[in-house]
Amino acid sequence: MSDAFQSWGRFPRAARQAAHPIVWQTDRLPATSGTLLPYGQGRSYGDSCLNEGGTLLTTATLDRLLGFDAATGVVRCEAGVTLDTLLRLAVPRGWFLPVTPGTKFVSVGGAIANDVHGKNHHRAGTFGRYVRRFELLRSDGSRRVCSPEENPDWYEATVGGLGLTGLILWAEVQLRPIHNPFVLTETVPLENLDAFFAVSRESEPDHEFTVAWVDSLARGRKVGRGLFYRGNFAPPQFDGLPLAKSHLSHGSGLAVPFDMPGFSLNRLSVAAFNALYYRANVLKRGQRLQHYDPFFYPLDAVQGWNRIYGRDGFLQFQCVVPHATARAAIQEILERSAREVPSFLNVLKTFGGVPSPGWLSFPRPGVTLALDFANRGERTWRLVAELDRITREAGGAVYPAKDARMSAESFATYFPQLERFKAYVDPAFSSSFWRRVTVAPAVQPAALPLQEGAPLPAVPLRSSL
Amino acid sequence: MKKVLVLGATSAIAQSTVRLLAARGASLYLVGRNATNLDAVAKDAATRGAAKVEQQALDLNDTAAHEALVERATQALGGLDGALIAHGVLGDQKACERSWVDAEQVLRTNFLSAASLLTVLANRFEAQKAGTLVVISSVAGDRGRQSNYVYGASKGALNVFLQGLRNRLAPSGVAVVTVKPGFVDTPMTAHLPKNKLFASPDKVARGILRAADGRKNEVYVPGIWALIMLIIRSIPEGIFKRLKL
Repeated sequence: MSDAFQSWGRFPRAARQAAHPIVWQTDRLPATSGTLLPYGQGRSYGDSCLNEGGTLLTTATLDRLLGFDAATGVVRCEAGVTLDTLLRLAVPRGWFLPVTPGTKFVSVGGAIANDVHGKNHHRAGTFGRYVRRFELLRSDGSRRVCSPEENPDWYEATVGGLGLTGLILWAEVQLRPIHNPFVLTETVPLENLDAFFAVSRESEPDHEFTVAWVDSLARGRKVGRGLFYRGNFAPPQFDGLPLAKSHLSHGSGLAVPFDMPGFSLNRLSVAAFNALYYRANVLKRGQRLQHYDPFFYPLDAVQGWNRIYGRDGFLQFQCVVPHATARAAIQEILERSAREVPSFLNVLKTFGGVPSPGWLSFPRPGVTLALDFANRGERTWRLVAELDRITREAGGAVYPAKDARMSAESFATYFPQLERFKAYVDPAFSSSFWRRVTVAPAVQPAALPLQEGAPLPAVPLRSSL
Repeated sequence: MKKVLVLGATSAIAQSTVRLLAARGASLYLVGRNATNLDAVAKDAATRGAAKVEQQALDLNDTAAHEALVERATQALGGLDGALIAHGVLGDQKACERSWVDAEQVLRTNFLSAASLLTVLANRFEAQKAGTLVVISSVAGDRGRQSNYVYGASKGALNVFLQGLRNRLAPSGVAVVTVKPGFVDTPMTAHLPKNKLFASPDKVARGILRAADGRKNEVYVPGIWALIMLIIRSIPEGIFKRLKL
């Protein structure tokens, strides 16, 4: 039992979980009376990578590269390999990840289990679309190679399946070609939310990557004030640059060495950060050539940045809302957050219509918004529960990989294929998240649909802190 | 080391070292007991840039097979200029105290099989007047302790064997490198509670290659263990025998 395996948000804490390293594809799953859950790099924010009272199957040692075809861009690797390792292999050979989340320190298994998306969702869809095959090990010892052709139902259940269908042993991913490791980016200042929608619409046809940073404290007519980033991989005229030396480990010297005291993030510092960020970056408007690393992974430059939120951790909230209701719902979410609990970092982007094979995949057509809240106890939880309600009423969905608070009712509403999925959950597998969002509301106080202003039952939640 | 034979290639420390060698474009002949696991290590090395990777599944306790093994590796790589002996077992001290069968197994794998391989390799490297022999020993070989003296004895014997071999091979320009890791966070030590003294296999692997490149004699990795073992060796036996170490 150890405290070593936590989620990236470090909330909720899971104190009683055992770890069992998976070293080889030939390993058997441990016999235990409790439940199992794969754990890669622990980059999920809430409790979807936690298994309080059970065992984590850690995959950091299941990390071998099994093959790379430089002609076709197909890479095969064990599930614990990180995207960082894939980039180190692929970029010097002229290939890149087809889809990448905002950190390269996730495992391939985790990227599949959460069907991650990136700044190119409007064009490329999710990571799962580029997973050609993988092998799934179940607790009964059975092994299945899954692909859109072989065992397609297992394939669709496992992509986005939150690690619950079994342990992914290895996977084959189709990479995309690049001419060089640079991105031609452009920063466009946004006055408000209307500007975001206009710039987004105008940018998507010609830009593979789009995303916006939004000032978390702007209110009223200024809601949505921010900066829009758009870009494409640099064209072949930059081919003269030496590809072999292109892997830049920027900022590796920076790290947060200890938990920052909780008071360092308050309304004032959040406001100061957001104002400074806007001023510093609005000056960089216009086009420039940027290495892929700071463009895709700005936060990776500071190791352990999650520790700035202090010991109590933080909650991330990410939702997607359909286009029809997006304008009003996003405005409401931003305003409530600015008024009640300021978010440190707000990220806004539109998702496209490219479907994912995964039944439980989060991305769907609409607008997605991610917010970071330092965990201030009930006040924060109440707000996040409210944002969950707003999302549900707008016909949207909340991202399980970023969630620590959504209700069971919401989860069932967000993922209409849930019942079908349940038949594919391995009987020995479970997670803290899964138990939280699938138990009957009467048993689990945290899962009660919350009314605005209703007191939140604090005891069961606090007990894990 | 450009053409390297790796014995015990599926051990965590060997795997990390293999990755570093592969990234340098070395040619590798990998040996391990489990063919499937060995295959994954070989694929990993090939994908990471090794010029050539050959593999052979073999139980290295079979000393009669050593001569043929080294010959095959030499043929496959078109020569050998380096060997890494990384196979070994920790054993269960309590079981070794109860049963000679258990104790003999530890001594056989860690000392006898290594000495057999070193005999074959030393003769070849001596004849070609070049090469580097790198052997993973342990700080446990520096002083016998009640908690793991059978394992410690196997490594202690190995250290003395290597000293003699180094002495013998010095005139022929063959380097003999004894690597003494401290605690390493590997599957071999998965059952032990971890503390700050545990090093990652990657860190140890970097230390191994540094020592091999520098043709060092005996190195502790990480270096802090040189100091720790100096202190441990300095404790008078009269006091030491009463300690619970």
